[in-house]
Amino acid sequence: MRSNLKWVLILLAVSLAAQGLTAVLPPYIAQLFILASINAVLAVSLNLVNGLSGQFSLGQAGFMAVGAYTAASVNVFLLSSLRGNPAGDQIALVISLIVAAVASGFVGYLVGLPTLRLRGDYLAIVTLGFGEIIRVVILNIQAVGGARGFTNIPNSTSAFLVVFILALCVLLTHRFVMASQGRALLAIRENEIAAEAMGVNTTSYKVGAFVVSSAVAGVAGGLFAHYLSYINPSSFDFMKSVEIVIMVVLGGMGSVSGAILAAFILTFLPEALRPLQDFTHVDLRMVIYSLLLIVMMLMRPQGIFGRRELWQIFSGSKTSKSAK
Amino acid sequence: MESFLQLLLNGTALGSIYALIALGYTMVYGILRLINFAHGDIVMVGAYAGLFTALAIGAPAHPTFGNFCVVLIAAMAASALLGLAIERFAYRPLRNVPRLNLLITAVGVSLLLENLGQVCFGATPRVFPEIMPSMTLIQYGQIAVTNQQVTVFVTSLFLMIVLEWIVLKTKLGRAMRAVSFSHEIASLVGIPTDKIVAFTFAVGSALAAAAGILICISYPRVDPLMGVMMGLKAFVAAVLGGIGSIRGAVVGGLLMGIAEAMVVGYGSSTYRDALAFAILILILLFKPAGLFGKYQPEKV
Repeated sequence: MRSNLKWVLILLAVSLAAQGLTAVLPPYIAQLFILASINAVLAVSLNLVNGLSGQFSLGQAGFMAVGAYTAASVNVFLLSSLRGNPAGDQIALVISLIVAAVASGFVGYLVGLPTLRLRGDYLAIVTLGFGEIIRVVILNIQAVGGARGFTNIPNSTSAFLVVFILALCVLLTHRFVMASQGRALLAIRENEIAAEAMGVNTTSYKVGAFVVSSAVAGVAGGLFAHYLSYINPSSFDFMKSVEIVIMVVLGGMGSVSGAILAAFILTFLPEALRPLQDFTHVDLRMVIYSLLLIVMMLMRPQGIFGRRELWQIFSGSKTSKSAK
Repeated sequence: MESFLQLLLNGTALGSIYALIALGYTMVYGILRLINFAHGDIVMVGAYAGLFTALAIGAPAHPTFGNFCVVLIAAMAASALLGLAIERFAYRPLRNVPRLNLLITAVGVSLLLENLGQVCFGATPRVFPEIMPSMTLIQYGQIAVTNQQVTVFVTSLFLMIVLEWIVLKTKLGRAMRAVSFSHEIASLVGIPTDKIVAFTFAVGSALAAAAGILICISYPRVDPLMGVMMGLKAFVAAVLGGIGSIRGAVVGGLLMGIAEAMVVGYGSSTYRDALAFAILILILLFKPAGLFGKYQPEKV
C-alpha cells in the first residue's frame, strides 16, 4: 500500500511537471510534445503485442480510430450536459476515454480471437485488413462526418492527462512484466511450443495482451481527438499503423523506454526534415521510414535499446531482468 | 442468367490474375515460411516495366499480339531481377534470425517499393497504352467475350502449366520441393539451397509481373499503390487454397475472382475490398489449413 502511494505521487509529479513544461515551451514545441506523448502511448500499447508477446500487429491505427471516434461521439452526443466548466469538461473527457477503451478493447477481441488462435503471421494480414475496413466503415457513417471528418470535439486534452496516462501505461507495463502473467507472455515470445508445454494457455494470453493493447490504443485515439478537436478517417490510415510499428522496432522490441524515445524522435524528426522536403518536393518521410525498417532489421534487429530499459542502461546492467 | 454467365466470365478472368499472384505467395511461403509482403508491389513494378517497354518499342501506335509478348517478357525479366535483388539483399542475410524480423523486413521492402514508386514514377495514375487490338470475339445476346479476357485466361493458364511442369517434372523443381520440405536435409544431399530459394523468388516475381501486365490489359491504368490491394487479395486466395499448395493457389485465385465479380454484380462495389477480409477471417475460423492445405502439427 505504501509503495502504491509512492507510485501515485510519482505519477502526479511527472504529469504536473509535463503540464508546467508545456506552459513554458513555445506553443509549437509544446504541441509537438503533446502529440509525441500521444504517439508514445500508442507505441507502448503496440509494444505489448509486438514487443512482449512476439506477435505482429499492423493495424494499431484502426484501434486508435475506434477509440477516437467513440470518445468523440460519447462526449459530443451524450455528455454535452456535463460540460461547461473546467471540472465538468475533464470528467466528460475521462468518461469518454473509458468508453473508448471498452469499445476498442471489444473490437480487439473480435479481431484477435480468430487470428491469435493460430500460429504464424496471419495477425499481420488480418490487422492490416481490419485497419483498412474500419476506415472505410467510418467514411460511410454520416453521423460522425464521414469523409468530411468529425468537427467541434471539445478541446479538453491537457498535457497533464496525456503524460499521466503515458506514465501509468509505463508503470503498469513494467509491473506486468514482473508478474506471472507478464512472464507467460515473454515465454510465448521466446518459444510458443515450450510455453504451451509448460502449461501456459497461449491463446488466452495472446488475446488478452491484444485486447489490452487495443484498449490503450483506443484511449490514445480519444486523447488525440480531444486534443486536435477535429479528426477525419485519413488520420488513421495504414501509414499511421506503420509509424507506430517503426516506433516499437526502432526503440527495441520489448523496451518500453525505447518505444517512448522512438516516438519522440519520430514525431520531431519530420518537422526537422521539413526544409529538405521543401527542397525535394516529394514526401520522403515514408521512404526514410521504410529504409529505416530494413536497415534496422539487417544491422541492429534489437533496436536502439534492445530489451533493456533506459534505467538499466544507466545502471550498467548487461541483461534485462525480463530476459533472464 | 445471362448476367450471371457474364459475371462468371469476368470473375474467371480476374481470378486467373489473382491465381498468378497467389502462386508467388504460395511458392515463397512454401520454401521460406515467409509471407512476402513485397509480392504485391512486384506486380506494380512489373506493370511499370511493361509500360516503359511498351512506350520504348512504340507499341501504342501498332497494337499487335507480338507487342504484347515483347512487353510481357520484358516485364517478367525485370521483375525476376528485382525479386532476385530483394532476396539477395533483404532476405538472405536474415536466414537464421527469428521469423518476426524477416516479416518486418518484408513489410519494409513493400513500403520501400511503394514509396520509391511514388517518388520515381509520380503518385498520379498513368494510362497503360493499348498494346493489343481490342475486339469482341463472341457476342451471344448480352454476353460478350473479348479477346482481352481470352488473352488473360490463356496466358495465365499457359504460365501455370509451365510452372506445374517445372515443379513436378524437372530437376530444379524436385530440388525446390526438397528445400521446401527441409532446408537442412536438402543441403545435406547436395542441393544448393540458396540458389534454389533465389530461383523460387525469380519465378514468383516473374509470375507477379505477368499478372501486372494482364491487369493492365483489362484495367488500363498503373499507379504506385496498385499492388497493395491486389497483393492482399491474392494472399487471401493463397490462404483460401491452402498456403504452400500450388493447386490450392490456382483454385483459391479463381474462387476469389468469381466471388468478387458476383459481389460487384449483385451487391455493391463498395464491399469488394471488404470481401477479401471477410473470406480470410472465415477461413481462419473454420479451416485454417485452407481447401488443399494439409494440417501440419508442429514438431519440437
